[in-house]
Amino acid sequence: MKDEKKATRQSYGEALVELGKANKDVVVFDADVAGATKTELFAKEFPNRFFDVGIAEANMISTAAGLATCGKIPFVSTFAVFAAGRGYDQIRASVCYPNINVKICATHSGVTVGEDGATHQMLEDLSMMRTLPNMTVISASDDVQTKFMVNEIAKIKGPVYLRLARLKTNIIYEENQKFEIGKAFTFGEGTDGTVFATGVTVAEALKAQEILGKNGINIRVVDMHTIKPIDRETIIKSAQETKKLVSIEDHNIIGGLGSAIAEVLTEEYPVKLKRLGIKDKFGMSGNAEELMKYYHITAEDIINEF
Amino acid sequence: MKITDIKELEEQAKIIRRGIIEQVYCAQSGHPGGSLSIADIMTVLYFNELNVNPQDPNWEDRDRLVLSKGHCAPALYSALAYRGFFPVEDLKTFRKIGSYLQGHPDKNKTPGVDMTTGSLGQGLSCANGMAIAGKLNNKNYRVYCILGDGEIEEGQVWEAAMEANKYKLDNLCVIVDNNNLQIDGTIEEVMSPYPIDEKFKSFGFQIIKIDGHNIDEILKAFEVARNIKDKPVCIIAKTIKGKGVSYMENQVSWHGKAPNEEQYKIAMKELS
Repeated sequence: MKDEKKATRQSYGEALVELGKANKDVVVFDADVAGATKTELFAKEFPNRFFDVGIAEANMISTAAGLATCGKIPFVSTFAVFAAGRGYDQIRASVCYPNINVKICATHSGVTVGEDGATHQMLEDLSMMRTLPNMTVISASDDVQTKFMVNEIAKIKGPVYLRLARLKTNIIYEENQKFEIGKAFTFGEGTDGTVFATGVTVAEALKAQEILGKNGINIRVVDMHTIKPIDRETIIKSAQETKKLVSIEDHNIIGGLGSAIAEVLTEEYPVKLKRLGIKDKFGMSGNAEELMKYYHITAEDIINEF
Repeated sequence: MKITDIKELEEQAKIIRRGIIEQVYCAQSGHPGGSLSIADIMTVLYFNELNVNPQDPNWEDRDRLVLSKGHCAPALYSALAYRGFFPVEDLKTFRKIGSYLQGHPDKNKTPGVDMTTGSLGQGLSCANGMAIAGKLNNKNYRVYCILGDGEIEEGQVWEAAMEANKYKLDNLCVIVDNNNLQIDGTIEEVMSPYPIDEKFKSFGFQIIKIDGHNIDEILKAFEVARNIKDKPVCIIAKTIKGKGVSYMENQVSWHGKAPNEEQYKIAMKELS
């Protein structure tokens, strides 16, 4: 993990430009937040392939579906609360049920949105999106992974939800690191415990791993970048090989990463799992890092579990 | 297979209507009222206006139709079957388990269905997307979208209307099936979208008003629509819900109900 920090929304915007150069079928939609989602970078480069539909998220999702039926690859962006929330039935009926090739790339997920407060802090999107058949759900943890995933999801024929964040977090991976959708990335081989993290919490888990290691407690950290299809194999292996399991997410503990892991464990290898996340509450205004402390989704909260 | 003779199209419309009744009767469920109100429009579309190929339903240069009021699938299926997209006999499987004729249109299951619909209010947005893609890809195909008059109570329709205007979608033709009835009553009673013409006009559409059961007017409207440039077109078709079956006409109770055997026989006789 590097000291350098970057928000995954920024990485997304940069990756879109590169993807746009390589693939002429890529089109991008935004709903009046292009400056914040960073799709403005694509808009500047490819104005004819960029569509700002205004403050009309439902229409944006369905329009993208129409374009996709004609061979285009739409990347649709707005804040997570509006993408997954306002566009839910459109995602369900116009995208997932007909299994249409639309990429919903939602920025500003979780309490780490910060000062805007509860209305803008999406804590339910992983839950809503992973329950939709045909949907692939990805929650990227850093710059390198986000850029890789933007390219990778363009190759999948079908709906994808990519969850991104506003908060600048540490760059975790080396520049050319490769990933596989549906295959989690594991750091370390410690047997004292496993921390399953996703998105902005992966950096926290790695900080905790380092501090715990200095105290002789060796844990492994699993970056669950793919929430669906969930990596059953890695979950079961971690449960078998390590003493304690913890999940941590900037999302409601109902329905998100922790729930997805618990579903696998219950069926395959029933052991205890401690779920760290937002405990069935709405968020509130505040500095993002202070909010992470308030809601107990920091490295320190992980350390307290060991 | 392009029928230009008005009398022949009227005869074809009767066949399409019989196909609607057959499906709803066999399924003992479905939506006959709104299907019958668009039967003439659907006939003109599939037997005259649309450039489609039943042998190649996914032909990329085809005209597209989005039946946004997806519950009127029987009208679409009847037109597609008689146009040769699939066997007419299969209309009897409508709504039955394992059938490729789902209760609402499914683009992946039924040959000739261009967009999956059913959740009202989304179809115009999808049609916009197809029209935008046509412009991006330099294709000459046209996109048609049929909206219910009750359906336009959905806010998304007006988001889409703004969008069609912004992108000057002159390859898009919207048809509003103005049969004046929705499940809970007349559209004025439930939540009036009137004046429909003024609304679409103020959203930047060229308006064409027709009698949706007059084949000649329908034909002419599509011709006019084809020649309008730089703006989308909205054809407002005044129709009668249940048109063609005496006891169903203008009866809101026939929105989503199947005829019994006796009623089926009367309907088929009236449509013969």
